[in-house]
Amino acid sequence: MTLTLGRTARTAPEPASSPTGRAPARFGPVAVRVLAYGALAALAVAVIYPLCWMALAGLKTNGEIFADPWGLPTDPHWSTYADAWQQGVLGYLLNSVLVTSASVLAVVLISAWAAYGLTRLDIPCSQPALLLVLGAMMLSPTVALVPLSQLLQALGIYDTYWALIVLYTAFKVPFTTFLIRAYLLGQPVEVEEAAYIDGASRWQTFWRVVVPMARPILASAAVLQALFAWNEYAFALVFITDDRLKTLPVGLADMAGRLNSNWPILFAGLTIAALPMIVIFLIGQRHFVRGLAAGIGK
Amino acid sequence: MTRRRIRHAFYAAPALALIALFVYYPIVENVRLSLFKFSVFRPGMRYVGLENYRQALQDPVFWHALLNNVFYAVTSVVFQVGAALVLAAVLEELIGRRLRGVLRAVYFIPAAVSMTVAGLLFQFLYQPDAGLVNGALAAVGLDGLQHDWLGDAATSIWGVINMSQWQSFGYTTMLLTVAIQRIPRELYEAATVDGAGRIRTFFNVTVPMVREMTTLLIILTVSGAFLVFNEVMVMTGGGPANSSQVLGTWLYASAFTGDDMGYAAAIGTVIFLITFAAGALQLLHSRRKAVAA
Repeated sequence: MTLTLGRTARTAPEPASSPTGRAPARFGPVAVRVLAYGALAALAVAVIYPLCWMALAGLKTNGEIFADPWGLPTDPHWSTYADAWQQGVLGYLLNSVLVTSASVLAVVLISAWAAYGLTRLDIPCSQPALLLVLGAMMLSPTVALVPLSQLLQALGIYDTYWALIVLYTAFKVPFTTFLIRAYLLGQPVEVEEAAYIDGASRWQTFWRVVVPMARPILASAAVLQALFAWNEYAFALVFITDDRLKTLPVGLADMAGRLNSNWPILFAGLTIAALPMIVIFLIGQRHFVRGLAAGIGK
Repeated sequence: MTRRRIRHAFYAAPALALIALFVYYPIVENVRLSLFKFSVFRPGMRYVGLENYRQALQDPVFWHALLNNVFYAVTSVVFQVGAALVLAAVLEELIGRRLRGVLRAVYFIPAAVSMTVAGLLFQFLYQPDAGLVNGALAAVGLDGLQHDWLGDAATSIWGVINMSQWQSFGYTTMLLTVAIQRIPRELYEAATVDGAGRIRTFFNVTVPMVREMTTLLIILTVSGAFLVFNEVMVMTGGGPANSSQVLGTWLYASAFTGDDMGYAAAIGTVIFLITFAAGALQLLHSRRKAVAA
């Protein structure tokens, strides 16, 4: 959400590879290091333990969870995961995959077009247009739930996948355009000009030169959008009422109510829902951090 | 020439159309709607001027929700900016490169999990009898602190706020690490030559050099704290007895449970103004930087 117009943080180093490549600067007294290691390890356990506990609780019985919450499952019930899968998680998961992938595709495409148009082409009123796009980063349309629900009803897309796809896309186009634009501003135009002179149209230049060149930032934008769309809750709660269309965040909350106190199934469902994004994060960490560093995508 | 310029405009047109229709229009329309009384089930709108805002001023739940948002904002700044900065500095200064990367990734993982998952999980962890929070307290001999965390009006919002810190501090730690890595090493070497200890170096070099990032994070965290919705809805639904309402959930309850749409729009406008002010501060801040640079 930053508005550092034109000045880019594109060259942000990734934490994984410190630019100075230094070892820890100064090794202090052993006691200090031991203390630090201990505290950091304790914090890591506190962070990760609840999630591991959740995955294991999905293998226990309700009785086991209450009798011995800290214990390991004595006789792992893998079938609980299958039950969770069948009792709604599969449907919610498919909805989430559909809405997330559609909005990732739409937001990257539309923002890349806009960024290309606003940085490379001569467009009427380009300054006001740029302000309009970047200014929208300061606005949070979630506060406008009332008019948005009227608007979606008027458009006839209330309670459809389109409601979420369109909103997730529209909401994040400003930030994504900002990211891609900042990246393009730091790239040379000569290659594009050469392609253009060789007779390629602007459209061909965009697809054959600009998109491949911007691939790293497009990947970052896609990962950030996937995380946002996968986890979004407020719009999904208000604009979808048909249970068959619900995405995971809302579907799981509903399921929690429906199951009442059958905790193992719920924990199994929560684990299934959490895994894809954890895996995407661990695999795409590089892109993720670059995206965050470039734009602070909070 | 002109025709080509118009053709070029098509590249930006979809983005502009989406933003105009789904970001700007709803926000403007929201301000207009806040001047009316209306409901979903009865047709017709009645113009009431600023009545909805007057209603907010006299609504104790509105003030309580606002206060909860303030608690949220203050706690989040302390942990997600203050503590996270210390953590990032410790990681950078004391820990070897490989382990540092692993720890950072571990701390970040909760941020990749949705608030719904985290909220439902913590709802159980806070459980009075089998919950791990009470279990952990008993294990270290603090039985006296055991408590029905979310069920008690005095602690419900704090249960939610604490969960949110668990979820988000790894995210800001990651960003602060990036900022620390951009500090020129010479400054640290100079500080060492001058005989400054670790703690003085932290306050005299690290803190001032990452000020840009911390300012930004403070603004983002504060505006995020006023938009809070998901975790409260999932964990407490604003209860018990409205004790954990925040502005976002009170807006939702007013609109879709109370069917007082105009009032909900007025609450929306208040949230909008607060977050807009935070955004404007951010803009001013980055402008000033641009001028100074």
